[in-house]
Amino acid sequence: MTHLELTGVAIDFPTSRGPFRALDGVNLKINQGEFVSLIGHSGCGKSTVLNLVAGLYEATEGGVVLEGKEVREPGPERAVVFQNHSLLPWLSAYENVELAVKQVFRNTKSRAEMKEWIEHNLELVHMSHALHKRPDEISGGMKQRVGIARALAMQPKILLMDEPFGALDALTRAHLQDSLMEIQARLNNTVIMITHDVDEAVLLSDRIVMMTNGPAATVGEILDIDLERPRNRIELADDVRYNHYRHEVLSFLYEKQHKPVEGDSQSAAPAQKAAKTAADAPQLAQDMHIVKSTPGETTASTAA
Amino acid sequence: MSTLSTASTESTKNKLTLGRLQLALRTPSADTVSRIARALMLPLIGLLVFLFAWHIAARNIDTSLGQFPGPAQVYEQTFGLIADHNRERGREAAFMERQEKRNAAILAKDPGAEVRMRDYTGKPTFIDQIGTSLITVLAGFALATLIAIPLGILIGLNGTLYAALNPLIQLFKPVSPLAWLPLVTMVVSALYVSDEPMFAKSFITSLITVSLCSLWPTLINTAVGVSSISQDLKNVSKVLRLPFMTHVIKIAIPASIPAMFTGLRLSLGIAWMVLIAAEMLAQNPGLGKFVWDEFQNGSSDSLGRIMVAVLVIGIIGFMLDRAMQLLQSRISWDKNAVVR
Repeated sequence: MTHLELTGVAIDFPTSRGPFRALDGVNLKINQGEFVSLIGHSGCGKSTVLNLVAGLYEATEGGVVLEGKEVREPGPERAVVFQNHSLLPWLSAYENVELAVKQVFRNTKSRAEMKEWIEHNLELVHMSHALHKRPDEISGGMKQRVGIARALAMQPKILLMDEPFGALDALTRAHLQDSLMEIQARLNNTVIMITHDVDEAVLLSDRIVMMTNGPAATVGEILDIDLERPRNRIELADDVRYNHYRHEVLSFLYEKQHKPVEGDSQSAAPAQKAAKTAADAPQLAQDMHIVKSTPGETTASTAA
Repeated sequence: MSTLSTASTESTKNKLTLGRLQLALRTPSADTVSRIARALMLPLIGLLVFLFAWHIAARNIDTSLGQFPGPAQVYEQTFGLIADHNRERGREAAFMERQEKRNAAILAKDPGAEVRMRDYTGKPTFIDQIGTSLITVLAGFALATLIAIPLGILIGLNGTLYAALNPLIQLFKPVSPLAWLPLVTMVVSALYVSDEPMFAKSFITSLITVSLCSLWPTLINTAVGVSSISQDLKNVSKVLRLPFMTHVIKIAIPASIPAMFTGLRLSLGIAWMVLIAAEMLAQNPGLGKFVWDEFQNGSSDSLGRIMVAVLVIGIIGFMLDRAMQLLQSRISWDKNAVVR
C-alpha cells in the first residue's frame, strides 16, 4: 500500500536571473514502514525533496500526497529531525520534547500521560539520565538523540531526517545508527533519510533513492536493499551482498553522476592510494567511504 | 615549614600530596594577588591622576562666579547639600508637629470640629530632586519598554510590518528631546485635564518626552533580535504548528533576549540623559532643574553644587546600567554569555 507519493514534482526558486529549476519530474512511492534513504552529491536537491514532504516548500508542479491527502503546509504528522539538532537552547531535553508533546497531544492526553510519554520517548533514545540538561550541557550526539526523541514523540506518520548524523564523529554516528535501527524495528516508522554516507545508506535502508545532479535534479536510480534485519555492521562488512550494494551506490555517484569540479583534484589521488589498503582492512575504512573505493571508481576518477 | 617537617615523617605518598597541596596553595595565591592588584590598582591610579589634573585645571580657571570648583570644593559642597536636606527635613517635621498640636488643641475644645493637615511646601532639596528624577526616568523607561518590546517583536516577526514602519522609525529615532518638549508640553496641557490629577503635569510631560526619545534602541534591537532567529528554529515552530503566542513566548522572546537587553541598556542610558535636559529646559522638578536653578542663583557655591550634580548624574547613570546588566544575567537563559 502506498503511504506517501510524490508525483511529477518540480520546484523553481526565484533568482535574479529568473526562476531556477532545482527539481524536475520527481516521482517516488513509499510504503508504510519503509526506510528510504536519499543520496546524491551536495546541491542535488535532496534537502529540497525532504522540505517538500515536510511542507516547508511548495512544489511548483506536481504534488505530495500522504495517506490520500495533499501536503500543503508543515505539520507534526511529518516530523523532521534536522541536521544540527535544532533544539531550543533555552529549554532542557525534557522541555524540548514537552513543547512538541503539548502541541500534538494537548486534547488527547492528560498531564500525567504526557509526562509519561515524554519520558518514554527520551528513554527510547537512551537519554533518561539527562532529562533536565540543556542542549549546551550535552554532547552533539546526545543533542541529536533528543532531536530524534522530539520527532518520535509527535507520533508522526512519517519521519523525515535531514542528514541526522552528518555533523557527528564516526563512533557516535555508528552508535546512533544502531539506536535508530533498534527504534525502527520496534515502532515500524516510515522514514525518509537524507545522507551522503554510502555505508549509512546501505546499512539502514530498505531502498536507496539515488539522485542525479542538479539543476533540474531528479530520481536517478532506486536500489532495493535486500538484507535481512536485524543488521549487524560488523558481519555485514564482510558480506558479499552488502559490498555489492555499496558498489552500486558508489558507481552511481562517482561514475554516472561524477561531479567534475569537486571530484578531480581532491579525490583522485587518495582514492588510488586507498584502493590497495581498502581490500585488506574493510572495517578500518568503513567510515572513510569517500576515500575507500572500488576499482571502478578509481578508473573513473583518474580518467576524468 | 613546620608542616613540611612533620610530613617528612609520614609516608612518601603523604609527603607528595602535601607538597602538591602547598604548591597549589602558593602559586595561584600570587596569581590572585596580582590579579586583584590589576583590578583595583589601575582604576585607582586613573582616578588619582584625574583628580590631580582636575585640581590643577580648576585652580587656573576663573569665572564670573568665582574659581572653578576643584575636588576639595566639590567634596565640601556634597556635605553642604546633605546638611541642607537634613535641615529642610527638620523644618518639615517641626511644621507637622505644630499642626498636630494645634489640631489636638482644637479637637480637645470641640470634638466635632473639622481639622485639616496642610502639606509642607518648602523648597525641594537636592536629595528630593534626585528622587524625583529617578522616579520619572524609571516611569518613562517603563512606558517606553511597554511600547517598544511588543512592537519590536511584531515588527521582527512580520516583514511587511517592518517594511511599513521602518521609515518612520528611522525618521523619529534621531529627534532630540528638546524638539519634542514644547509639543509634548502643549499636548499634555490640552489633553491631561482633571480636577484631581493623580500626577503633576510636569511629571507627565517629562515622562512622555523620555519615552519618546528612549524607546527606539529597544524597538530596533528587539526587532533585529527577533528577525534573526535561525531558520531551523522557525522550521521547528512551523512543523509543530505552534500558535502565534506560543511561538512568541517559547521561541521569539528567549531567542532575542540578548539583543533586547542591548537595546534596553541603550534606552535607559538615553532616558537618563534626556530627562536631565528636559527638566532643565521645562523647569520640571528634578536634577535638571536643580542644575539650572543653581546656575541662575549665581552664588559662589553654585558651580561647586552643579559639579556635585554632574557627578551624581554620572554615578546614577552608571548604577542604572549596572542594574540592567544584573537583571540581564538573571533573566538570560545563556548563563555562559559574557555580559559587558
